[in-house]
Amino acid sequence: MAGEVKPASLAAQVQVERRGADAPSFLLDVSIEVFPGITILFGPSGAGKSTLLDCIAGLLRPNAGRITSGGEVLFDSQSGVNLPPQRRQTAYVFQSLALFPHMSVEENVAYGLAHLQKEQQLARAAATLEAFRVEKLRKRKPGEISGGERQRVALARSLVTLPRVLLLDEPLTGLDAELKASIVDDLRAWNAAQKIPILYVTHTRDEVDALGERVIALERGRVVSEGTPHDVLNAPRRKRLAQAAGFENLLSATVVDLREPDGVMRVRLAESACEIEVPLGYAAQGDRVRVAIRAGDILLATARPNHLSARNVLAGKIVSLEQRGTMVIARVDCGVTFTVHVTPGAARALELATGKTVWIVLKTHSCHLVDE
Amino acid sequence: MEALLLSIRLAVCVSLILFVIGTPLAYWLAYSRWRGKFLVESVVALPLVLPPTVLGFYVLVAMGPRGPLGRLWQAAFGHGLAFTFTGLVFASVLYSLPFTVQPLVASLERVDRKLLEASAILGAGRLRTFWRVILPMSVPGVVTALVLSFAHTLGEFGVVLMVGGNLPGVTRTVSIDIYDRVQSLEYAEANRMALVLLIFSFVVLSVVYGVNRQIGRRVWSPWPAK
Repeated sequence: MAGEVKPASLAAQVQVERRGADAPSFLLDVSIEVFPGITILFGPSGAGKSTLLDCIAGLLRPNAGRITSGGEVLFDSQSGVNLPPQRRQTAYVFQSLALFPHMSVEENVAYGLAHLQKEQQLARAAATLEAFRVEKLRKRKPGEISGGERQRVALARSLVTLPRVLLLDEPLTGLDAELKASIVDDLRAWNAAQKIPILYVTHTRDEVDALGERVIALERGRVVSEGTPHDVLNAPRRKRLAQAAGFENLLSATVVDLREPDGVMRVRLAESACEIEVPLGYAAQGDRVRVAIRAGDILLATARPNHLSARNVLAGKIVSLEQRGTMVIARVDCGVTFTVHVTPGAARALELATGKTVWIVLKTHSCHLVDE
Repeated sequence: MEALLLSIRLAVCVSLILFVIGTPLAYWLAYSRWRGKFLVESVVALPLVLPPTVLGFYVLVAMGPRGPLGRLWQAAFGHGLAFTFTGLVFASVLYSLPFTVQPLVASLERVDRKLLEASAILGAGRLRTFWRVILPMSVPGVVTALVLSFAHTLGEFGVVLMVGGNLPGVTRTVSIDIYDRVQSLEYAEANRMALVLLIFSFVVLSVVYGVNRQIGRRVWSPWPAK
């Protein structure tokens, strides 16, 4: 490659109005900056993630805002600039992938290289297919290869054009973790040389943990949190985000007392007599707070456990048991009802059944305070 | 036999012309977001509901020596349009328009919009997107459009009678010929022509639909039949 490629970031400040609303309201109103490397755009469905991607790609015209990529203006409502998708040098992999079903893998990948000569097109396509380990499938049609292979081909088709930005809209849904990780590794290897900003949309927290150097959390069309995966996931700001991040238990509570030297406080859950210890937060005695606890972070015991480091042990009764896939979902009534996930093996070993008395065990730091 | 050949010649001309005119029209109808689009849709569909005599009557008036089209043609080529083969082609194109446009629109609308967006993002303009993505994915619709306009033109009667009259070798198509023979009580002759037309139509339709189904499987199915 001739010359040094300067790392270039993507900046998007975008407002999209909601259609048919009485008062002016925005479906999407965000300002983000995406640096070279993978940035996760995280949020529940309907948060506006795909809308934002469509705006950046030029498929949707924002009502107002400014989008720049590597210093070039792609859209600016004030000066009236609005480059068509063809001229944005932005690659976009849809969730459906949108491979052309009537073309071979090779033709799909060469599609974006119309400006080159045939031999060059094929050479570039072959090199990119190799980078994503699907060069053997050159002559096949998208309908004749596996899901993971299609995802690799879709990435190759997007990246063969050497775009300045890559947008990925949940491109790896439906793949098992191992396959996903190997595709992401190849993507990282590719980007080690290209150093372009990659905006990766997902609504599952597993992907956030596995992929992100940086996370932007979007909710109802607003950026609600930004930072490392740890920051964003472990300190959910709002209830809706907490739900999206996999906190099945959201309990309202009242602060009973603060134990500052220990870094904890005791709270009483809802209208029950249950008191638990949670990390110290910005709260005073008598304040109402919300506590978020993941169902997978709760331990179940069929006898009262002793000699534990965990500070919270509550007695309760199982009110329902439901097996979903390889997970058993138990609802336990301890005055307030907790949702607990256990493995089918554990459920069998403990002989869990509806009506059985159990104890639930909560580590203090598995209890997260959530702002209202 | 002369009448049958004339009918086939007419049907081939009409379906080819309609394909050339109908494709951009169908593209526009499928993708335009203009509010008044329904008006154009109605005009295109008119021949479906109008009696052929009504359409034929207006076309005849327009093509006549005092009609706007007839005068224009007279000035350009030195002869009139009415009762000529060209006039017949012209009228048939109008009459069979919906049979070309509607299947085309239906199949263009079925093409996944995400494919068109993907094409645009990969740098392709509208024309390239049309040739490389939309058209190949609409092959079954194109074939259906061609066959329907061909078959419809082959079997038309009212418009031909109004516009073309009954000139042997020029405008006497097979349907008129059959009508003539029945009028003069030549039932055996009429039957021979009618049977030829029936078998010919059936064979053409079944060959084309059969082929279309094969192509359709290849082009359409997103996943292979494993």
